[in-house]
Amino acid sequence: MPIPVSAYLLVSGLLLVIGVFGIFSNRKNIIVIMMSIELILLAANLNFVAFSGALHDMVGQVFTMFVLTVAAAESAIGLAILVIYFRNRGSIEVEDVTLMKG
Amino acid sequence: MIVQIVFALVSLVLLASAVTVVSARNPVHAVLFLILAFVSASVLFLLAGAEFLAFILAIVYVGAVAVLFLFVVMMLDVDFAALKEGFQRYAPVGALVGIVLFGELGLVALTWHSVSGAEIAIAYPMPAGTTNAVALGSLLYTAYLPLFQLSGVILLVAMIGAIVLTHRDRPRAKRQSLGRQHARMPAETLHIVKAELGAGAAIPSAKTQKETL
Repeated sequence: MPIPVSAYLLVSGLLLVIGVFGIFSNRKNIIVIMMSIELILLAANLNFVAFSGALHDMVGQVFTMFVLTVAAAESAIGLAILVIYFRNRGSIEVEDVTLMKG
Repeated sequence: MIVQIVFALVSLVLLASAVTVVSARNPVHAVLFLILAFVSASVLFLLAGAEFLAFILAIVYVGAVAVLFLFVVMMLDVDFAALKEGFQRYAPVGALVGIVLFGELGLVALTWHSVSGAEIAIAYPMPAGTTNAVALGSLLYTAYLPLFQLSGVILLVAMIGAIVLTHRDRPRAKRQSLGRQHARMPAETLHIVKAELGAGAAIPSAKTQKETL
């Protein structure tokens, strides 16, 4: 007996909400913000895979693969920027990042 | 029945570890719970029938991305307690936004239904009798080949970008300069001194010594 797609929708919806809550409540810590973004992308992937399994369509899994690729690239670049920012300024507080404010 | 129990348990673990990720005081704990969240999500992928993606998630995310996070957290000497300071102040706003968002998602889910013709509109149905990896691969390398190559290019660009961003040019590092080495002539480096008998050889002056170096 397969798991209904609504159960997956509930789990991924809660995961997305937790990720959004993490972005809002950790406004100073950019590392936790990036981890929250990873959680949100994971929720999206869970939806893709759930619908792919429920509808017996492979495209959802293909799309999940692309999302995984882009998420990995994004986190690598983001962490690299974080490292050089810390090297230059000695801080990673989001509120200190005001150089481009104008 | 056992599948439902596993699904419920793993979902609970996933959600609990996600909550810990966003609320942990120590960011190393947050990364470790992020790893746990990825592992439980890969179990959910397995239950949904996407074996290949489940293993990709476990290998790529737990093996690479989460360890990358762990490296960065441990490498940066940051006062994480100070970064945690505004949590109580910002948490109500975050909770409000989260509740509104979840309510909206609930409204969508309540009225959602599959169109009757959706079964016909399926683009690439799962082939029967093959494994998930074979089905995914035969689709990725045919219909989605350009996009697949493009995602490889994205990874390449990300790799080069990360290296270029974090590469530090050390001015004091002693490197081999092939151009200078090949352009060196014997006349620049070698001094032939004719020594008079009994007089000894004159030491080359400091200036010429510097030029020869």
